[in-house]
Amino acid sequence: MIKAKPKPLEEIIDNVKDFSKLLIAGCDGCVTVCEAGGLKEVKVLASALRLYFTQAGKQVQVDEASLTRQCEKEYLAQLNDRMEGYDAVVSLACGVGAQYLAEMYNHKPVFPGVDTCFLGVNEERGLYSERCQACGRCILAETGGICPITRCSKRMLNGPCGGSDKGKCEINPDIPCGWELIYERLKTLGQLDRFERLVEPKDWTTSRDGGPRKIIREDLRI
Amino acid sequence: MSATTPSKLQQIIASGQMAVTSEVGPPRSADGEVIERKAKIIKDYVDAINVTDNQTSVCRMCSLACCIRLKLMGLEPILQMTTRDRNRIALQSDILGAASFGIHDLLCLTGDHQHFGDHASCANVFDLDSAQLAMAVRMMRDEGRLLGGFQFEVRPQMFIGAAVNPFAGPNVFMRVIRMGKKAAAGVQFVQTQCIYNLDTFKEFMKIAEDRGLTEKVAVLAGITPMKNVGMAKYMQKRVPGIDVPDEVVKRLAGVPKEKQAEEGINLAVEQIEELKGVPGVRGFHLMAIEWEEKVPEIVERVGLYPRPSMGGGS
Repeated sequence: MIKAKPKPLEEIIDNVKDFSKLLIAGCDGCVTVCEAGGLKEVKVLASALRLYFTQAGKQVQVDEASLTRQCEKEYLAQLNDRMEGYDAVVSLACGVGAQYLAEMYNHKPVFPGVDTCFLGVNEERGLYSERCQACGRCILAETGGICPITRCSKRMLNGPCGGSDKGKCEINPDIPCGWELIYERLKTLGQLDRFERLVEPKDWTTSRDGGPRKIIREDLRI
Repeated sequence: MSATTPSKLQQIIASGQMAVTSEVGPPRSADGEVIERKAKIIKDYVDAINVTDNQTSVCRMCSLACCIRLKLMGLEPILQMTTRDRNRIALQSDILGAASFGIHDLLCLTGDHQHFGDHASCANVFDLDSAQLAMAVRMMRDEGRLLGGFQFEVRPQMFIGAAVNPFAGPNVFMRVIRMGKKAAAGVQFVQTQCIYNLDTFKEFMKIAEDRGLTEKVAVLAGITPMKNVGMAKYMQKRVPGIDVPDEVVKRLAGVPKEKQAEEGINLAVEQIEELKGVPGVRGFHLMAIEWEEKVPEIVERVGLYPRPSMGGGS
């Protein structure tokens, strides 16, 4: 899922301090799972903002909402009746949701309430780590189900580099070397021949290098 | 391993003589004379001189410009190229430019992560990795073709090198396989990480020999003399991928401070003498970090001076 973390309160206050009617809009999708932008976090942020405005001697209306998903128009449309009543929105959805909200309500300022970080897993509550960079052409079949583009700090396709040390990445001893993981997994699977194969330069056109991406599924668009 | 390019380094290796390379680091300024001064100290004692490419991700004068300076001095530069800062367009472009100045030795590297350097907030590139860079160089040289498919006439005549680190443990076998991948990508010589743990290095070389790799790739053993016990401790604890056994630290600590540099040189000389007998070792890469003035002494003491002069050269 998409992983995000709450923005510092000061940054959010700095963005919204001059408005008088605010909506804090959460999302029940990914950001709820990583406890950064669901209904619970909406309530916490709204309370903090009310406290700030009260202490600052300002009369500001701070309302709360959470949508099933901010990345779909049908759910964003649920705000149609209410949106006119606000000067600005703080979206606690990921960058995708916040942008789609802004796109749909073109005349309303929308501010992000979270920093969207990566596509990752919940290792434990409060501990999330990256697994996919959405390069658009998955090579997990070749690499023992471990992505070198994500797990190697240099996204090497013929790793590991000479900087890994005792199975750890040169940039941080708390990060396992992705290529050590791949080697060990391929060994476990009896597929070390894959490790020996030379991987050609990658075509990055399906990654961000190809410009903003779009999927058109004709089979679904009938 | 017959010589196929005008590279003097390749010719010396092909002749069966032990090769000696060393390296110079470009300055963090526009003062091009720095590189010439460093090169003058070592030029008669080595066959070719590596010029580092923004090593440890610290921004410096570019390797290519410094290599051209060495070339204009009549020396043989080894152009180090990392894939960290340049995509395949820029890399191939620089290779063509280097070849136009008669640079015939290229070291293909992925490069340290920018996290280590003076611009940690920068974006990195890593469009290719070191093996893929070697593939690109080989394609340009042997097929006259760029990665994008364009065919051209005047080809870069490059002796293709890379780095290997037998000590980036725990798995020595995996490191040999990786050297094999580099060989398959077109790499003809490798310079190793600084060797202090000779047992691990010998294990690495034995596996490489058993797999027939030492016939395909000339291994130049990396040697860095220790200046003092502080440097040994620093490298042992702080530098990823370097294996400094406790005996090395103890040995340097066992002599008075003013004698530690001399002891460091003694240690390097003993290592070279021992490594000369390891099958597959075709020469030495002396990385006397900001200590170039010691290179002549080391080369003389291990009996590798004078350096052979190859007919024609590069």
